Formats: sequence, structure tokens, C-alpha cells
Amino acid sequence: MITISGLHKYYGALHVLQGIDLSVEKGEVLSIIGSSGSGKSTLLYCINGLEPIQQGQVTVDGVDVHAKGTDINKLRQNMGMVFQQWNSFPHLTALENVALAPRIVRKKSRAEALDIAAKQLEHVGLADKLNVYPNALSGGQQQRLAIARALAMEPGYMLFDEATSALDPELVGEVLDTMRLLAEEGMTMICVTHEMSFARDVSDRVAYFHQGVMEEIGPPAQIFGDATSAHTRKFLANVR
Amino acid sequence: MNYNFHWKPVFNNLPGLLEAGMLTLQVAVLSMLLGICIGMALALIRLHVRGPLRWFATTWIEVARNTPALIQLFFFAFGLGALGLYLSPYTIVLAGLTFNNAGYLAENFRGGLQAIPETQIRAARSLGMTAPQAYLRIVIPQVLRIVYYPMTNQMVWAVLMSSLGMLVGFRELSGETQALASTTFRIFEYFSVTAVIYYVIVKIFLGAAHLIARRLFRY
Ligand SMILES: Nc1ncnc2c1ncn2[C@@H]1O[C@H](COP(=O)(O)OP(=O)(O)O)[C@@H](O)[C@H]1O
Ligand SMILES: [Mg+2]
Repeated sequence: MITISGLHKYYGALHVLQGIDLSVEKGEVLSIIGSSGSGKSTLLYCINGLEPIQQGQVTVDGVDVHAKGTDINKLRQNMGMVFQQWNSFPHLTALENVALAPRIVRKKSRAEALDIAAKQLEHVGLADKLNVYPNALSGGQQQRLAIARALAMEPGYMLFDEATSALDPELVGEVLDTMRLLAEEGMTMICVTHEMSFARDVSDRVAYFHQGVMEEIGPPAQIFGDATSAHTRKFLANVR
Repeated sequence: MNYNFHWKPVFNNLPGLLEAGMLTLQVAVLSMLLGICIGMALALIRLHVRGPLRWFATTWIEVARNTPALIQLFFFAFGLGALGLYLSPYTIVLAGLTFNNAGYLAENFRGGLQAIPETQIRAARSLGMTAPQAYLRIVIPQVLRIVYYPMTNQMVWAVLMSSLGMLVGFRELSGETQALASTTFRIFEYFSVTAVIYYVIVKIFLGAAHLIARRLFRY
């Protein structure tokens, strides 16, 4: 379970997250929507400790992410993250991209790591691309590679930061399908997304962020059908 | 023009010249390996560290790049000698070349490091890699590709620069040539053959570097 309480985050004087309270249960899929600059990416970075926070607390399975004694690298192994820019490691083949972290972080044997990597690449539909370098893959394939790479660490949580926003429209579907598959398998997911159909159909809850504040959170039917906040309604009217 | 060429004494001493050539190659390779490690450290310091250490790195790079290599060599020979620290000719040349290589390579590495997007490090860290792991496994391999050709240039430069060793009493290829030539007075013949040996060393190295690059950089 991920628990966020009273979270404040500043970039210099900019108050980017203004008191966020939120918890995500095991097995839940939460989608976060909201206009650009509202602090969605920053929230994900604060959850896995890529950005420090100024006030409040984030705990993952009871472990305080930002506490001094916390082994952040250990914690991150349990939280896969997929970025808008897919960030394939260009000097490694697809198989090596996925096998690297299990090898050097989880200390698996080479054979075991390659085995895990091959399985995860098959999982995301890239079984025929094992020995291909990323520059020979499409954006959609590279994003699925990034998902496989995160899954190879056998995380309990997956964080997606606009995983489809940088893709050509015809490539969005294959990545969303992979994310759907994970949701069906019971993965706990926090998905920052602009894909409203995904948010509506796949998530258990949807949160709307506006200027560093979580204005509204609830089941998709409530957010999309009966939003209480005027900002949420305006945002949804514009994206539809 | 009535100079008579005498090649025979040169060819008689060819084994000795080739042996000195190996010494040249050895000191150049060692100074490159050390230079790569130190140069990478200097580049990282310049990018990420503040305070005296950064000043030290900047000074090293500035001096290495903007003063004659010969004077850098003399510093290790006579500068340290004046302070009572006497190094062997081999050590002087190795230190001088390493100092120079590290300074030039540091600037190349700095450019290479800046060319790797920050997001690569974020992605690596998000997988639970430590910062050193992210650098070693993700950043530096990509940097080495970017700086590969500047690095081979520097290696050629190191081979040629090592000839300055003869001025501090080091019997590498040029030093050996000088010593042999002065006993036989066939100076032109000796240095012609030596020039050919340098040329061959450099060409063999460049060929090997090219082959290695083809195996290493398949992406
Ligand atoms: N590294 C940073 N330094 C300074 N300001 C930042 C940084 N990253 C994001 N910001 C600012 O923080 C705010 C929230 O950004 P972000 O979390 O990326 O929003 P979103 O993902 O919702 O588009 C924006 O105003 C953005 O300009
Ligand atoms: Mg964002």
C-alpha cells in the first residue's frame, strides 16, 4: 500500500504540490489526470524518491520513502517506473536492457537474468525482438521494452508517467493494451495519463489534479459522469 | 649532392630499434589507460563537484591543454628534480604523457557526459541502480562511444609525443635511434627508418581501433 499524507513539494519558490493526501491499495489501479504543469509527474517522482519533498510523508508498504535511514535503491526495486520518454538504453539490446537491473541490482546470475528478461519481453509482445538494439524499434515497441524492463524487477507497484504521450497516435494502442494486461493481472498501478478512455475503463479510481492540488478523486463513473469540482468539469469538457 | 647512403648499419640494428618501438608503444598504451581513468575522473569532478577539487581539475586541464608537452615533461624531470624528487626516465615520460592525455581526454569526456540526457540516469535509478552503477553501466559506455575517435587521436598523439622522451634520457624509439645514430653518424638513415616504424605503429593501432569499434559499437 502507498500512503501519501500532507505532502508539500517546492521547486525553489514554486509550490508544486500543495498538501496531497492519497492512498493506493494493493491491486488498485489509480489514474491521475489534469492539465500540464499541475504536478502529476512530480508526485510520481516524490513517490519513488527521485525528488526530495519538503513536508509530509510518503510510505510504501509502511516504509517511509524520504526518511534518512531508508534504503531508497531497495525501495525502488519494488516500484517500476515508466516515463513519457521511454529511455531505452541505446547501447544494449532489448534483452540486455531488461536483464541488466536483475543482474546488477538483484544480483541474479547471468543465465537467470537473461531468462527473466526473455520472459518479460514475451509478456509485452516483444519475443521476436530479443537481440535487437533500441534504435531499430518503434516508439511503441521501445515503450513496451521500458515496461518489460521495469517488470523484470518483479515490482509490487508500477508508476506510469504519460507512457503514451510521446507516441505517434497509431502506436498508442499497443502500449495501452500492455498496461491493460497488467491491470488485469492484478498489478498495483498509478497511471498519469491523458488517455481518458483508459482512465475510465481500466482504473478503479481517478484523481484530478489542478495547480498542485488534488481537487477530486473517486470512481471513474463519478469523475466522468458527476464531477463536483468546476475545474474537473471544465478540464473534461476540453479533453473530450 | 654527394652524400652516400649507408643503410646496412641501420638494418643491422633493426631488432634493437623494434624493441625500442615496443617500449614506445608500451608507454603510450599505459599513459592512455591511466589518462582515460584520470581524465574521466577530472571530467566528473568538473561537472559535479564544487570547491578546491574542482579548481584542481580545472587547473590540470588548462595546463595540460595550453602549455607545450615538452615543458610538461620537463616539469616531471627537472621541476620535481629541483624539489629533490628524482624519477626514472621511464616514469618521467609515463607521468608526462599521462598528465597530457588526462587533460585532453577530460575535455572530450566532459562533452560526452553532457551529451547523455539526464533522463537516462533517472531511468537507471528508477530500476534501483545506485548512482555509480548508473554511471558505470549506462552513462560511461555511451560516452566512450561518443569520444572513441577523439580518444584514438589522443593515442596517436601519445605515441608521437613519447619521442620527446629522448630529451629526458629515455631510450624509447627516438632515444634509441639517437643513441645508435650518434655512434655511426648515419643520422638521416636512422631517423628515416625510425619514421617508418612510427608510421607502422600508428597505422597498426588505427586499424586495430577501427576493428574494435566495429565489434563494440553495433548500435
Ligand atoms: N526540475 C524542476 N525544476 C523546477 N521546476 C520544475 C521542475 N520540474 C517541474 N517543474 C515545475 O513544476 C510544475 C509541475 O510540473 P510537473 O510535475 O512536471 O507537471 P505535470 O506532470 O502535471 O505536467 C510545473 O510548473 C513545472 O514547470
Ligand atoms: Mg508530466
